[in-house]
Amino acid sequence: MSDLLSLSLTEALAGLSSRRFSAVELTEAYLAEMTAARPLNAYVLETPDQALAMARESDARIARGELRPLEGAPLGIKDLFCTKGVRSTAASKILSNFVPPYESTVSAQLWRDGAVMLGKLNLDEFAMGSSNETSAFGPVINPWRAEGSNRALSPGGSSGGSAAAVSARLALGATATDTGGSIRQPASLTGTVGVKPTYGRCSRWGVVAFASSLDQAGPIARTVADAALLLRSMSGHDPKDSTSLPVEVPDFTAAVGKSPKGLRIGVPKEYRVEGMPAEIEALWSQGVTWLKDAGCEIVEVSLPHTRYALPAYYIIAPAEASSNLARYDGMRYGLRAPGDSLREVYEASRAEGFGDEVQRRVMIGAYVLSAGYYDAYYLKAQKVRRRIADDFTAAFDKVDALLTPTAPSAAFALGDAKADPVAMYLNDIFTVTVNLAGLPAISVPGGLDRTGLPLGLQLIGRPLDEETLFTLGAAVEKAAAFTARPDRWW
Amino acid sequence: MPLDAQTVRKVAKLACLKIPEARLAPLAEELSGILAWIEQLDEVDVTGVEPMTSAVAIRLPMREDVVTEGGDAAAILANAPARHDGFFSVPKVVE
Repeated sequence: MSDLLSLSLTEALAGLSSRRFSAVELTEAYLAEMTAARPLNAYVLETPDQALAMARESDARIARGELRPLEGAPLGIKDLFCTKGVRSTAASKILSNFVPPYESTVSAQLWRDGAVMLGKLNLDEFAMGSSNETSAFGPVINPWRAEGSNRALSPGGSSGGSAAAVSARLALGATATDTGGSIRQPASLTGTVGVKPTYGRCSRWGVVAFASSLDQAGPIARTVADAALLLRSMSGHDPKDSTSLPVEVPDFTAAVGKSPKGLRIGVPKEYRVEGMPAEIEALWSQGVTWLKDAGCEIVEVSLPHTRYALPAYYIIAPAEASSNLARYDGMRYGLRAPGDSLREVYEASRAEGFGDEVQRRVMIGAYVLSAGYYDAYYLKAQKVRRRIADDFTAAFDKVDALLTPTAPSAAFALGDAKADPVAMYLNDIFTVTVNLAGLPAISVPGGLDRTGLPLGLQLIGRPLDEETLFTLGAAVEKAAAFTARPDRWW
Repeated sequence: MPLDAQTVRKVAKLACLKIPEARLAPLAEELSGILAWIEQLDEVDVTGVEPMTSAVAIRLPMREDVVTEGGDAAAILANAPARHDGFFSVPKVVE
């Protein structure tokens, strides 16, 4: 059944509706492949019974001609999304036994539209990381390997399970979340398409909170058209999330394949950072040429505060995290460690339940919010955030979208960056600005580096203008003709 | 400004984390490294800049102050580490 696995979401939906194969057949093919690919550690929980029940329901609907938009499409769900009656852990020991009595809005909308849940995908603990190494379940292994090497590489993070599963064909598509680059960087490192929509486009309700003013859900998919299909189902106003935008959801798929002729594309000179590998610079230039050939006008723009985005992020995100994670006290749900007093139980539960990186960020957050430091750190970071957002506003006076590399390197070896937190943070240097400004962005595979590892290009758009990104992303996808696949070594 | 072990102890208290004594000095070094890197923000002139508190400029919606759901104690207690007669059971708070 491996030919079923090679279909894109768009192709699979066509095959299902014309009854060339059934939803149960497609789901069984994925479940078998998931079993075979367990060494990748992409799934932290497989839900075969639920998957098959949902697939049978899809087949019944197809037989009755009552197709929903994603009827019978087997998807993986990042384990940051709460799923009713199915263990949801955020890859943290503190939630290792948590079974939500509710369903996140985004996943509920996917099921509403007929998708099939294959299981829950691995991630960095509470989405805090860029390599998947902070997961309590251990790291995901990138299906890609450098040519002639069998060294285990990171799939990136935090949505490393989502990216690896889509890349290795363990899911037709996956949900993911992006707080500083957690959809786009793993997409870049695995040769997949990742979309971080405008802040407020997808509901955050039922998604375990990391940094609430930055967190946003989005899809990881095999093609730009697939990502457009998934985002359409995931988006929409939700009264249960007060920052959810009360706006119509466009048919994103209609933007795919439209001519990008006449669009103005900005190339921000500040993204040409010191020490950037020549291959990434070359791919970026190649992307400029592709869009120029497609009829776009290329404009050099300046985003002067770019270099301050990461330091500002590492004040704002930990501050929000320390506040959000205060809820894990071992009383109402989650891990409770023994102790002689209430205070001791709190402190022991959190120390035992949170991993090193989470503890580090909670402490940084507590520090920058504490009396005497609030103005110097937190308030300052919020002002710098405004400067960064203003840079984009000025740029979008001149251009329709921006083109940059997605990540500063191809996939790196597991263990390489773990020792130095700041080195790990630098992975998000090209992606984090977008979260601070609340903008939409897409990462599309552009090519391979010298060792055969995928590299992504990022397009950044105006608020709520995902459609232009789908048009441009599809143009890059077509020009790049990226067909490379990881060897099936597992 | 580098943190010392004493400050880390205080921050751990604020963060409600039990940190073993032996971890205080190494943590002070790690956190100081992160803070030193963060402090490049001091180069940015932010005089007169309004702090940005939300990623999108919308007014937070208001709704009627009424109960919208509830009455499901079993679901709420289902994940409790300890429960007793329909209540959360917690360590002794008052002697």
